[in-house]
Amino acid sequence: MTIIERLRRLPYTPLQIAVHVFAIGELAWIVIDLLGGRLGVNPLQAMQQRTGRVAITLLVLSLACTPLSNLFGWRELVKRSRTLGLYAFMAAFLHMLIFLDLDNGIAWDAFAQTVAQKPYILFGIATFLLLIPLAVTSFDIWKARLGKRWKRLHQLVYVIAPIAVLHYALSKKGDIFRLQGDIVRPLIYALIIALLLVLRLPAIRRTITFQRSQISARLARRG
Amino acid sequence: MDNSYRSVPVLTSEITPESLYRGRRDFLKAAGILSGSALLAACAPRAAATAVPVPEGLSAFEGKADELGDPVNSYSDITNYNNYYEFSTSKEAVAPLSAGFRSDPWSVEVTGLVDKPRTFAMEDLLKLFPQEDRIYRLRCVEAWSMVIPWQGFPLASLLEAVGPTLDAKYVAFTTLNDPDQFPGMAAGFYPWPYTEGLRLDEAMNDLTLMVTGLYGAPLPPQDGAPLRLMVPWKYGFKSIKAIVKIELVAEEPTTFWKAIASNEYGFYANVNPDVPHPRWLQSSERRIGELSRRPTLVFNGYAEQVARLYDGMDLAKNY
Repeated sequence: MTIIERLRRLPYTPLQIAVHVFAIGELAWIVIDLLGGRLGVNPLQAMQQRTGRVAITLLVLSLACTPLSNLFGWRELVKRSRTLGLYAFMAAFLHMLIFLDLDNGIAWDAFAQTVAQKPYILFGIATFLLLIPLAVTSFDIWKARLGKRWKRLHQLVYVIAPIAVLHYALSKKGDIFRLQGDIVRPLIYALIIALLLVLRLPAIRRTITFQRSQISARLARRG
Repeated sequence: MDNSYRSVPVLTSEITPESLYRGRRDFLKAAGILSGSALLAACAPRAAATAVPVPEGLSAFEGKADELGDPVNSYSDITNYNNYYEFSTSKEAVAPLSAGFRSDPWSVEVTGLVDKPRTFAMEDLLKLFPQEDRIYRLRCVEAWSMVIPWQGFPLASLLEAVGPTLDAKYVAFTTLNDPDQFPGMAAGFYPWPYTEGLRLDEAMNDLTLMVTGLYGAPLPPQDGAPLRLMVPWKYGFKSIKAIVKIELVAEEPTTFWKAIASNEYGFYANVNPDVPHPRWLQSSERRIGELSRRPTLVFNGYAEQVARLYDGMDLAKNY
């Protein structure tokens, strides 16, 4: 039996495996770097930044599934959105835990002071809190129980992603609104998120679907 | 207590054994080992070798402490964790990127409202002004800190040599503007070159140091070779690196971070636990090498020497 045949018999699709390997790999990589002493002299800060970057990357990937499936006609992508979103929550949870426990030593006064003074923390906490109901209801049983309302609830991510990127941008030294300072990365994430949201606008979605069917019809005629 | 910040002779018996303060770092690493992953740790490759060769004679400074009794950070910490955006926004990337930096020949132009404007070659600076050892705390605005044994000379002696005129009220500093040597300058969104400034009385304070050396060796590129400023009671970004120009001026000069975000970075930037910052908690800090945070001291612990410079000023407004 060749490897490919063996892979085909697995109960998982290659895309499914890729999603798990990528998400777990990203988080495991941080731990491996920590154990190998490669997080530098301020490992807590490095862990804080890396878990945050993994979280927002997974959130963007989760958000990308549906538009990409629409663009390229790869229907399976839509199904993977939920897993990616759940992993994004997991990374955000670790990110939050490091902030709460390790960095502030669960010093609640310091925590309260930070939240009150720093808008970026407020946006970060909002992101995390808004992700909770989505993570909790991401299982099939809830999907069935909530019916149509499930989709509405999970559309919250259209609000969460922009808040998350705002949190990211404001956490960097500089001023994103005046395009000054260390803003290249957050700016890239913001543009991708904006594009992914625009691709979901009904008019644009319909145009894409129509164009794609035209192209595939033409290809079918030629074939 | 005038000279409390100067390094004092240390008895061998007073020196913290290396094993003791290394122990802290081991604790930090141990804290990172999550349950059941000890095996993994054994397999993981060790930390990459430091990017810069460690000079000889460092042991003379190892185990020394600042006047508050806190030990100096290791040479490796100080030379591998650098905020130096001309090279990179990643602190760990600065050391390898700066390895080929040409800091020789070097000269610094001292000009503006002075009686005797002059361009000093680096060798002349080292000859003209006696070098002193100073162990200073460095408090970054990002809420981390180190204790660092510098060598250098007071900025006051350089300024006295050129004679500021009566109109001179501020000192403006400029970093080398050379995108060929500074790969990070290709990044847009920054008002290069880096500039900083001090009020003349701040510049004349004996704590204000022109730094030429670290750990008894010439200053390495990632720490601002060959000549940088060190103003220990202000956040680290005030202590400009790789200085090529010092100008005496009448008005408050434009400074790099203030130009980027004036609501976050003021001209004074005095370390102050009571003045909040929109991003980092300034009431406490992490000393590099320690796990928990420690309280931040007003003027970074140098209030006795500098607080009078700001008599009658609202420090919350003049942040």
